[in-house]
Amino acid sequence: MSRLLPYSVLALAALCAALLAGTAIGESDLAPNVVYQVLANHLWQAGYPVDPIDAGIVWNYRLTRTLVAAACGAGLATCGVILQALLRNPLAEPYLLGLSAGASTGAVLVGLLGLGSVALSMSGGAFIGALAAFTLVLVLARAAGPSNNNAQVILAGIAGSQLFTALTAFLITKSATAEQARGILFWLLGNLSGVRWPSVWLALPVALFGLVVCLWHRRALDAFTFGTDSAASLGIPVRRTQLLLISCAALVTAVMVSIVGAIGFVGLVIPHALRLLLGPGHSRLLPASALGGALFLITADILSRTLIPGQVIPVGVVTALIGAPVFALILVSRRGRP
Amino acid sequence: MTVMANLQIAPLACQGLGLQLGGRSVLRDIDLAAIQGETLAIVGPNGSGKSSLLKLLAGLRKPGSGRVDLLGEPLAQLPRRRIAQALALVEQQADTADAISVYDAVALGRTPWLSALAPFASQDRAIVEQALADLDALHLRTRLWHSLSGGERQRVHIARALAQRPQVLLLDEPTNHLDIQHQLSLLQQVQALSVTTLVALHDLNQALTCDRVAVLDQGHLVALGKPFDVLTPERLLSTFGVHAHYLTDPFDGARILRFRAP
Repeated sequence: MSRLLPYSVLALAALCAALLAGTAIGESDLAPNVVYQVLANHLWQAGYPVDPIDAGIVWNYRLTRTLVAAACGAGLATCGVILQALLRNPLAEPYLLGLSAGASTGAVLVGLLGLGSVALSMSGGAFIGALAAFTLVLVLARAAGPSNNNAQVILAGIAGSQLFTALTAFLITKSATAEQARGILFWLLGNLSGVRWPSVWLALPVALFGLVVCLWHRRALDAFTFGTDSAASLGIPVRRTQLLLISCAALVTAVMVSIVGAIGFVGLVIPHALRLLLGPGHSRLLPASALGGALFLITADILSRTLIPGQVIPVGVVTALIGAPVFALILVSRRGRP
Repeated sequence: MTVMANLQIAPLACQGLGLQLGGRSVLRDIDLAAIQGETLAIVGPNGSGKSSLLKLLAGLRKPGSGRVDLLGEPLAQLPRRRIAQALALVEQQADTADAISVYDAVALGRTPWLSALAPFASQDRAIVEQALADLDALHLRTRLWHSLSGGERQRVHIARALAQRPQVLLLDEPTNHLDIQHQLSLLQQVQALSVTTLVALHDLNQALTCDRVAVLDQGHLVALGKPFDVLTPERLLSTFGVHAHYLTDPFDGARILRFRAP
């Protein structure tokens, strides 16, 4: 425990600093003391006189999207860690299971055809679509062969993704106007603009829940190091553990996708980078990846708001712009290793 | 010996064990009971079902028929964790791309004894150290997995199995891919262990050094007993399809097998 304390303090400090940066930096120039006053007013009723528009920008716009960015980054990175561990595949990531493709189909269905548009938001449609795709992938993987064969899950995921991507494209070309298509494309690329407090209260607990469930199973995840048979002979109920943790990952990913769209590379790059730094032990890798994912996505969000003045780039574009070169670097640095 | 075996509960036993894969019968009606503390060699030609038998005995596959008993309890009804506390399996090819250290790889053997909230205690550390020492691998402890040679990896796998503190150890061709020096030292180390060990072997001269030998032929258990009673020239001709003679080594008087193609 004594070794753990300094790291926890450091992690918390880094997270707070990033949250502050995300709240202080944005398209409109607000003085740091205005930001401080707004935060102070809300956190401990300091009672500073501030412009209600400034207060709204800081509290309802910047802080919420920064918190959701943190939760999404943490959640997606955690999912990446457990999928890579369980499927023993370095390319495993949260969207592998067809979740993002399913989510986009669901969102597009709601957005274009007005399917249940009264009861369902685009997010709700995305969530249902993601879970539908995941169920299909799971059924397909199960039907394709024994549970010990990880390749089945990955191949089923690819098939599911292709199917739902095609469905989305079909729907867009068949019924979308140019304006609608642009809006949907923007949403698909990952977009934090629309988030407000209700999204925060959904994303934060879900990310935390995912992290706690995975930490609880950290030894089981370690036991998969030498494959599923090895895990079973180390006393892990393989099928139950896989189903529980993969479903947990699917749920977390589906919630994140439904709030912000498909943000790529966080779930792939962050776990790999940290595994190189810290080694494969999950008791360290899981919290570190959650923190790394949160910091990465907060930074990407800040960049997405500031890179082009007056225009917000989809955050998924920024993560891919950083993520792709970083991933290439990791691949090159792994050269010469088995 | 048979009286002893009947009085004690066999650490690991199976009755009428059978397995079908894709319509093909891989194992048929195997009855086998290990004796406390022995090293039992399982031999047989390629595809005779050695690995499948070990997988069934370890509970990794469900048998098509028959039952396995571990320490007198039916394996099928034991939770995985309980099985792993009593039985450890070292597979033929278990590899990883993770940069895991030797110490951490052996420490995985403590998994069945740890819960989510229990920390890795000093007692666990002592057991891991002991397992490394038993396999003469203490000097490897900080090395990373991918930097190990085949023989070193095999020793680490066995050390991990020992860290489970099992009563029964199953080894699937542990001397495969090792040079002759490592084959001999590994087998010696395994035979020196006090746990009941079932080991699948290809080298019949190595099987001669074990306490008992079981011969598998196309999924049948065709012979079980003392090495020299079982590995007769007639048996070797009918099961392995080779002519065999026993020679006596003038160096120490040991009897060894020499083979000729028919």
